[in-house]
This record gives sequence, C-alpha cells and structure tokens, in this order.
Amino acid sequence: MAEEKAKVPRQKMPEQDPAVRRRNFKEVPLGYSPETAKLEASRCIQCKTPGCSKGCPVGIDIPGFVKEIAVGNFEAGIAKLKEQNALPAVCGRVCPQESQCEGNCILGKKGEPVAIGRLERFIADWERTEGKMKLATLPAPSGKKVAVVGSGPSGLTVAGDLCLKGHDVTVFEAFHKPGGVLLYGIPEFRLPKDILFSEINGLERLGVKFEVNAVVGKVVSLEELFEEGFDAIYVAVGAGLPYFLGVPGENLIGVYSANEYLTRSNLMKAYLFPEYDTPLVRGKNVIVVGAGNVAMDSARTAMRMGADTVKIVYRRSREEMPARAEEIHHAEEEGIELFLLTNPVRFLGDADGRLTTVECQKMELGEADASGRRRPVPIEGAFFTMPTDLAVISVGAGANPLLTGSTPALSLNKRGYIVAQPETGKTTMKGVWAGGDIVTGMATVIQAMGAGKQAAASMHDYLTIGW
Amino acid sequence: MYKILSKRELAQGTVVENVISAPRIAKKAKPGQFVILRVNETGERIPLTMADTDPEKGTITLIYQVVGKTTALMKTLNVGDGYQDIAGPLGKPTHIEKVGTVVCIGGGTGIAVLHPITRALKQAGNKVYGICGARTKDLLIMEDAMAAASTECTLCTDDGSCGYHGFGTDLLKQILDREKVDLVVGIGPVPMMKFVCSVTLPYNVRTLVSLNAIMVDGTGMCGCCRATVGGKTAFACVDGPEFDGHQVDFDELTKRLRGYADMERQSMELFEHKCSCK
Ligand SMILES: Cc1cc2nc3c(=O)[nH]c(=O)nc-3n(C[C@H](O)[C@H](O)[C@H](O)COP(=O)(O)OP(=O)(O)OC[C@H]3O[C@@H](n4cnc5c(N)ncnc54)[C@H](O)[C@@H]3O)c2cc1C
Ligand SMILES: Cc1cc2nc3c(=O)[nH]c(=O)nc-3n(C[C@H](O)[C@H](O)[C@H](O)COP(=O)(O)OP(=O)(O)OC[C@H]3O[C@@H](n4cnc5c(N)ncnc54)[C@H](O)[C@@H]3O)c2cc1C
Ligand code: SF4
Ligand code: FES
Repeated sequence: MAEEKAKVPRQKMPEQDPAVRRRNFKEVPLGYSPETAKLEASRCIQCKTPGCSKGCPVGIDIPGFVKEIAVGNFEAGIAKLKEQNALPAVCGRVCPQESQCEGNCILGKKGEPVAIGRLERFIADWERTEGKMKLATLPAPSGKKVAVVGSGPSGLTVAGDLCLKGHDVTVFEAFHKPGGVLLYGIPEFRLPKDILFSEINGLERLGVKFEVNAVVGKVVSLEELFEEGFDAIYVAVGAGLPYFLGVPGENLIGVYSANEYLTRSNLMKAYLFPEYDTPLVRGKNVIVVGAGNVAMDSARTAMRMGADTVKIVYRRSREEMPARAEEIHHAEEEGIELFLLTNPVRFLGDADGRLTTVECQKMELGEADASGRRRPVPIEGAFFTMPTDLAVISVGAGANPLLTGSTPALSLNKRGYIVAQPETGKTTMKGVWAGGDIVTGMATVIQAMGAGKQAAASMHDYLTIGW
Repeated sequence: MYKILSKRELAQGTVVENVISAPRIAKKAKPGQFVILRVNETGERIPLTMADTDPEKGTITLIYQVVGKTTALMKTLNVGDGYQDIAGPLGKPTHIEKVGTVVCIGGGTGIAVLHPITRALKQAGNKVYGICGARTKDLLIMEDAMAAASTECTLCTDDGSCGYHGFGTDLLKQILDREKVDLVVGIGPVPMMKFVCSVTLPYNVRTLVSLNAIMVDGTGMCGCCRATVGGKTAFACVDGPEFDGHQVDFDELTKRLRGYADMERQSMELFEHKCSCK
C-alpha cells in the first residue's frame, strides 16, 4: 500500500513565468487545483507517529487534515487545520516547510516529502474563495479584558485564542493597519494582502477589537493599560530596529534599510505611485546587502520596480545564505545575481548626495566562528567598485527600545530583548506576557505564533485561576 | 477618523491651522512632540508638530504649510471632514528646565512648532526672548500667541513690512552681544536653523534645533529619518526631533530632504491637474 502511494510524484505547483512575474507584483505560485490537491494528499501514508506534526512548531494534526483533502472532504480538512492554526493561508505561503513539517516527513527520507505547505495553502484558499469561512461559537464572556500590543503573527494568535476563550481582547497597533511584518515586510507577490486582511477580518468578526495608530509606550503605557481596566497584556512588538553597516556614505539618498524599502513598497504601496502618494527610489543598478528572506524580498521588489540589474551582495558563500532555498531559487529565476564573498565598504555619491557607486571588498572563508559558520575574512587589497543607484541594507534587525525603554518593570537581556519564560511567555512584570521576535530575535512566522499559543494558554490560566 | 473641528487660514492661505479631535494623543502630548498623519487610503504618512493641545477638550492643533501634494490635499479638507489616521505623540518632548535667559527664534511655520516650547520655557521661570521672522508681513503667523508666550517678543521681516527690517538672526546677535544667554531654540526652515547655529557658535551658547527629516513610521523602525549628529547617525523620530544644533550636519539634511523632489513634483502636478479638471 505504502509503495503504491509513493509512486505518485510530488505534485508541482504552477507558477507565474519568471520572465513575466519579475515585473509584476502578483502572486508567484498559483495554487493547486482541487484535483491536484487530492492527488498530492493521497501520497501521505498516514504514519502512526507522524514526524511532520512533530516538526511543526504549533503541532498541527497534519495527517488528519491531509486525509480529509485526499477524500475531497475539504470542509472537514480546514476545520481540523484551524484547530491549531488561525492563519493557515499565511503559513501555507511563508512557513519554511522544508525545515519543519516537510523536513520531517517520512517520504522525504527516500524520495520527496508530501507538499504539506501547498496543501495547507490550498485548503485555506478553498475556504476563503468558496465563502465557507465559518465563525466559531464563543463561550459566555469571562468578563476579563486583555490587551495585545503589536498585531504581527504572534499578537494575532494570542488575540484569536483568548477571544475563543471568552475574553474581551483589544489589539493595539502602532501602524495604521494590523498585520506586522506580514503586512509591511513580506511583499504582495509572496503574500497577497487581501488574504492577510481576510484572516484578520475573521478575527474581527469573532469579536477581537483593533486599535490602530496606537504607539504603546508613547500614547499609553502598560501601567496605564492596567489602569484602564485590562487584566492581562501580551507584548508582541517584533524586532523592528534596522541594522546598518556603519560604513561611509550610508546616509546618501538611495541607501535604504530593508524595513524602510519594504514598508514604503508594501504598506504604503509605493509600487503604485503616483496613484498612491508615497515615493520610492526606482534604481537601475541595485544592490541588496545580506542574504536572508528579507534580502530576497527586497531584491525581488527592486526588480519589479523596474531595475536593470539587481545583485545580492553577501560576505559569506552560498552555503551560509540564510534565506529559504525556494526564495533563492525564485530570485535567481527572476534574474537576480548573487555576488558572494563580497562586502560593501563604502558608498559614494554625487554632489546632490545621491548614491552612484558602491565600493566592495572580496572576502574568503576562514575558521568557523561561534555560530559554527566559517568566518568571512577580507582579502587584502581586493577592492572593486560597481555603479549603484539603489542599495538596500538587509543585514538584520534588533529590539526596538520604544516600548521597553518606557517600561522599567520589564527585564531585558543584554541585547535589549524581553526576558520571558520559555514555556509560558511570562515576563518579570506581573500580568504581562511577551513573545515573538521581541523575545527571540528575528525568527519565523510560525515560531512567533507558537509563542503566542503558549502564552495564550498561560494567560487564560491567569485570568481564570491566578498568576 | 480624526475629525477636524476648526480650520483657519493663516498667512495668505499658505499656512493652515486645524484643530482636530484626538483625545488619547491630546492627553499625552508634550511640547516638542509630533504626530504622523495620513489623509486617506492612498495618502502618505507625514509628520507634523503639535502647535497646541487641549487635554480637557481632547483636541490637538496642527499648523501646516502647503508645500506639496499632501499638504495641498489637506487644505481641501473642511470642518466636519477628518484625517484617516493620526499616530502620536511621537519624538522626545523638549527638555524644559529653568536655565536663565533663553532666546526662542522661529521662522515661517517653525513658529508653530516653537510656540508650545516657548510657553513651557517661560512657565518654567526663564526669561524668554521671542523672535518671529518671515519674508513678509502676510507670512508671519502666531504673533499674538508668541507675544503671550514670551517675556518679550520681537517681529521681523526680510522686506521690512512688519517689525524689524532684516533677519531674525540680526536680532539674536544683538541680544547675544548685550547679555548672557543660556539657551537658544531655533526652529524653522533648514537654512535658517543652520544660520542660527553659525551665529550662536562663537558665543558658545547651547542651541537647540528641530530636524524636519523625512519620516515614515516615526517609531525608529525604518531609519528613513536618519541624520548625522556629532559624527554619528541619529534617528530624528526617536532620538529627536530636537538636537544640539552645533552637532548637526545640515548639508546632509538639506540633501536628504530633496531626495524625492522629482516624484513630489510629479505628484503635485497630477493633483493640480485633477483639481483643475473638476
Ligand atoms: C521582509 C521579511 C520577510 C520575512 N519572511 C519570512 C518568511 O518567509 N517566513 C517566515 O516564517 N518568517 C519570515 N520573516 C520573519 C517573520 O515575519 C517574523 O519572525 C514574524 O513576523 C514575527 O512576528 P511578531 O508577531 O513577533 O512581530 P511582527 O510581525 O514584527 O509584528 C510586530 C507588530 O508590532 C507593532 N509594534 C511595534 N511596536 C509597537 C508599539 N510600541 N505599540 C504598538 N504596536 C507596536 C509593529 O508595528 C508590528 O505591526 C520575515 C521577516 C521580514 C522582515
Ligand atoms: C518632526 C517634524 C515635524 C514637522 N512639523 C511641521 C509643522 O508643524 N508644520 C509644517 O508645516 N511642517 C512640518 N513638518 C514638515 C512636513 O512634514 C512636510 O512639510 C510635509 O511632509 C510635506 O508634505 P507634502 O506632501 O505636502 O510635500 P512634498 O511635496 O511631499 O514635499 C515637500 C517637502 O517636504 C518634505 N517632506 C516630504 N515628505 C516628508 C515626510 N514624510 N516627512 C517629513 N518631511 C517631508 C521634504 O523636504 C520635501 O522636499 C515637520 C516635519 C517633521 C519631520
Ligand atoms: S510524515 Fe509525511 S507521510 Fe507521514 S503523516 Fe506526515 S505528511 Fe503523511
Ligand atoms: S521615521 Fe522611521 S525610523 Fe524615524
């Protein structure tokens, strides 16, 4: 039986042609048809102790939902999936499945794993487009009020879970729209905003309240939220402090942090300028410094903004590139070049202060460093310059001190992240939990959601039993 | 929706004052802080300083100069209309303490930003000289408010149509020559602030300026508002907007402010075209 199933090959995902998509913001993968989804789902051998679920940070019953798809029972499939994951259409698109569920799928040992991510995406999209989105029935109100600070995946998860437990939840968001990095960071061609909004809208219909334009720590402090009658607070403000290289010329016009570049493009829709008012430099020769998912998103955005050349400049080698393999592959297909073992040392501009040139130094790999990766070492005298009119610095982000700096009761670690108990998310301040990137540093969507799930359980205990 | 409760055109209709309902912000705002607003769904996020607040009524006052598409669009809004989004208060409040003698010198719409700071400095027990300058009489704003906020206030115009004939910095220099000044606060267009700093430098007087860098989020998240201060990069939105003027690289700021000049022009032309078609 198992062998029989394994003969069906992993079903390909139809995608927009690279030559076309590199100039548009429409989604790249096009999704499975119901037939393809059923066929792919039928490959799953329904392991007794499934590795896939163990590899999932929120422990989705993967064989459970896949089985329903295989028999065409989509409604039951989505219900099963949603028991553990409130944002399946998002996760099906952006989770690093290759290192999580699919990385642990038994079929991957000999051949190719079940395409769990694509199935997750399929079933979530099916529910949305078929208009079958069902609202859960809520228990009687508990009379307890919860404030969630930050509306990224972590905050949204807590909001959904606690609302389902009957608590009165308000999410405070600094920007004018909820979504966190899902909204302002990840581009439309990877995660269409309509899909995100529809998942957020689901939470709203459930009863979660959103207060946007609310910069907590500035307009209201955590102490004041308690005074206003909130019984518990979850802090999920993300890791939103851009790192720069600290090299000369970094303040020239045309040098952006990835945060700024992507926020202008995604949240403010600068790619639709002048229909939308926010401007963005359209570079002809672009470099993106760094090699994570954020760098890939920036590079692919620049290509879609009409660049002639886009180069990923990274000081290590291909092996150390932190981005998902699929994203690197997509980027290369779209004509983005990799400039590896290369480090920018200086930006040069014209009399108006506009970037014109970048000077780089060639690197080689030396001994392994603390992270276990071989350390890049500059090659003496190996400098060269490239004409560049747009540079996006995408070398990571740290903890933004805006909220934590105004909340002395929260203990922080050396790097400014909030100290929280790993199992519960409890902080050193009574009634306050924290999770997501502001605790772990830049991680993944599903890890931020996993932290939210744990914290929501602990917060529910507190609200019903005590601290 | 943040409702506009009153609208007044100052200075030949190029400067507009709005009183807006924003209770949470009004309760918290301090002199020197600003908000970031978005007019509508397709609008950009722009920073504006609060010229005044009324915590009881739950209102904030914004005074803006019409310079491009967004501010021109704002001018079309009337009482009863509203802004889609206003976030704040942002930035560090001005550090207010009794230092002795202070000169508060403002140019153009900078006077609106300067006004609450001037008032607070006087309330803190300082002797405050106010200097308000503009190109010509009709462009001067808030003369009465500044007169009330300072111990002594002088007006000046480039063309002599009102008050002293000449630059505010001339008056500043006169005061510096005459008596010991402990602090100068200069707020206005970048060239004016740069000029104020070059005047005070030889007197070794601490000089505060307010940097109007281009911003997006206003919370330290994007790095758009970076400026070089004392040789180091600072984020105007969270480290400022006020800085020690003697440390600021004004030339870099000037260039960065022109970064989108072409697109801003394109936006404005499109807007004017649409308006004239109506
Ligand atoms: C460009 C980019 C691409 C990525 N791609 C992937 C990917 O493909 N797969 C993946 O798994 N992960 C990816 N990540 C990482 C992932 O997005 C993050 O790990 C995740 O979003 C963290 O979630 P969070 O809820 O902790 O915070 P965030 O998503 O950062 O949300 C925090 C929210 O809090 C708000 N906030 C901050 N301060 C305040 C305040 N004081 N008051 C009120 N609100 C505040 C912010 O505006 C924001 O909306 C990517 C990240 C980026 C930047
Ligand atoms: C902290 C701070 C407080 C400010 N307070 C006031 C105030 O009280 N009254 C007032 O009239 N102006 C104030 N400004 C300036 C105001 O933000 C700009 O005039 C406004 O953004 C212009 O937008 P626009 O679309 O009409 O013009 P545009 O055509 O877009 O630009 C005209 C000029 O305005 C500047 N500018 C453009 N976009 C931005 C932006 N997002 N952020 C900052 N500057 C920008 C640039 O120098 C540009 O050349 C302040 C700026 C800052 C940073
Ligand atoms: S490990 Fe693979 S085959 Fe086994 S249950 Fe999970 S998805 Fe199915
Ligand atoms: S405006 Fe984004 S960091 Fe200051």
